Amino acid sequence: MFTQDSLGKILKSHGVSRRGFIKFCSTLTSMLALHPAMAAKVAESLEKVQRPSVIWLHFQECTGCSESLTRSHAPTIESLIFDYISLDYHETLLAAAGDAAEKAMHEAMQAHKGKYLLVVEGSIPLANPGFSTVGGQSNLDVLQNVAKDAAAVIAVGSCASFGGLPNADPNPTGAVSVSDIIKDKPIINISGCPPIPVVITGVLAHFLTFGVLPELDNLGRPKTFYANTIHDRCYRRPFYDKGLFAETFDDEGAKKGWCLYRLGCKGPTTYNACATVKWNDQTSWPVEAGHGCLGCSEPRFWDGGGFYKALSLPDSDVRKMAGYAVATGLAAGAIAGIANKIKKQDMLKQHEVVSVDDWDDKS
Amino acid sequence: MNNSMDFLLWVKGPAFEIALFIFVAGILIRVIEILLLGRKADLSEARSSDVRAGIRTVLNRSIPESGILKKAPFVIIVGYLWHICWFISFFLFVPHIEVINYLLGISWPGLPNQFVDTAAVIAMISLLAMLIYRFNHPVLRFISTREDYLVWLVTFLPLLSGYFAFHHTFEPYAMLLGLHILSVELFLVIFPFTKLMHVITVLMARWYNGVSLGRKEPENQEVQS
Ligand code: SF4
Ligand code: SF4
Repeated sequence: MFTQDSLGKILKSHGVSRRGFIKFCSTLTSMLALHPAMAAKVAESLEKVQRPSVIWLHFQECTGCSESLTRSHAPTIESLIFDYISLDYHETLLAAAGDAAEKAMHEAMQAHKGKYLLVVEGSIPLANPGFSTVGGQSNLDVLQNVAKDAAAVIAVGSCASFGGLPNADPNPTGAVSVSDIIKDKPIINISGCPPIPVVITGVLAHFLTFGVLPELDNLGRPKTFYANTIHDRCYRRPFYDKGLFAETFDDEGAKKGWCLYRLGCKGPTTYNACATVKWNDQTSWPVEAGHGCLGCSEPRFWDGGGFYKALSLPDSDVRKMAGYAVATGLAAGAIAGIANKIKKQDMLKQHEVVSVDDWDDKS
Repeated sequence: MNNSMDFLLWVKGPAFEIALFIFVAGILIRVIEILLLGRKADLSEARSSDVRAGIRTVLNRSIPESGILKKAPFVIIVGYLWHICWFISFFLFVPHIEVINYLLGISWPGLPNQFVDTAAVIAMISLLAMLIYRFNHPVLRFISTREDYLVWLVTFLPLLSGYFAFHHTFEPYAMLLGLHILSVELFLVIFPFTKLMHVITVLMARWYNGVSLGRKEPENQEVQS
């Protein structure tokens, strides 16, 4: 898998034509919101670029993000770019195991000190270091060690970006994100459960081409992919605006492709590129397949109040609270009423009959 | 709370519970207190059905008295415009209907967003117009208390924040939606203890007046109440 060839050569040997490569570069350029004239430059630098060393760490996760990337589609240029990076350490994909793998990682760290990219998949448990270990080392130690000499850290998936599923209430492992721990390195969050493969390779390609990470939003995500909400780009949006909603997954509205808001779609609060980039080589995406967005690229999406509850709904046990309120209201109202009655009777009792003469006496 | 999603979850969760509690308990306290004040029993014989008389007054006092439009055109027109547009923005927007359905289990069809959007804009303009009118009218300004301005503000804020949220005026959206819900919670919390209670007491008062007028009406002839 590892050769010293340049990316241009590798792509050629995989049967990717020059035309195909340029086309990929222009798509990438437009996806990264760069000026079209930059396509040639992107192609040029991508072709010549030296293989960067990448260390890919797995913490508390399901490997879904790696799966998303490596099994996205029959060899695309994205996956070839992924192949091209010198993946010096990846627990799932590495042929070596145990000490040999550890050794490979440490060698890569030494050889590319300050220059390697660290990719993290999964959250880090802080409640007890023993909750997740590799070779007897806690996730926290490994992360701190490897991040120390990394050029940048890429947090892949919502777990590494925001804590994700392991962090869901009540967060038994005390799971936190990469940025909760690493403070002195450039970190980019590629959130999603899993993230869109093209977004991962897009960020890698950006780093390969320009040597820096792309511009980030307030949650540390690449703006180019996370600038718009799903709702803003959703093809069902005209139905939302007209007030046409599916009420169940198999009613007339659902069959006609109406908006899924009432079925719990979290598109309005979710920033991601699904609606434009789509999934599986642009085949489709969740909302097109008939299911509302779960909000998987946002922090705490798992605790967001139920996947099938409309976004506007309160996220609490309202019935119980309303019951307490009625009981309190009735009791307090009755007490206030009785207090008023007692006051009225007291005042009646204190009532003296007075006449004008009394007035004169007193004054 | 370090991001807008946490904020949104907080306003939809604990904050909503607190607001709902104060709103429901507060209204009940006020209503029960009023009812327990009691009235001397009306010993006169009911001429027609109390219920009919009550409902009649509730309804016909919602229609302007003849001639009043000429005397106070601004208050009548803007007042109606405000109440109708507020009603549309609140009760006929689908995400709101979802909430009501969730809370009370009742639902009705909504209006397309463009209508609701227009209604919200008209509602905001009429609220602003009434505030300006209040400032410029010497008598009105004299009798206005701090509470009146507070009530104006907490009524205006949900409309404004809702408008911003609907149009995604600022980013991130979760923060805007959270602020909108929070402004509604503010409204709910002060509702029972301010003039906003008129939404409920206006019906009670009209009903009471209607019933007592109904008892006063001559036999076989309904009094214009
Ligand atoms: S399906 Fe979801 S994302 Fe699409 S318009 Fe409806 S609410 Fe928005
Ligand atoms: S549609 Fe929503 S939940 Fe589904 S993958 Fe995209 S961002 Fe995640």
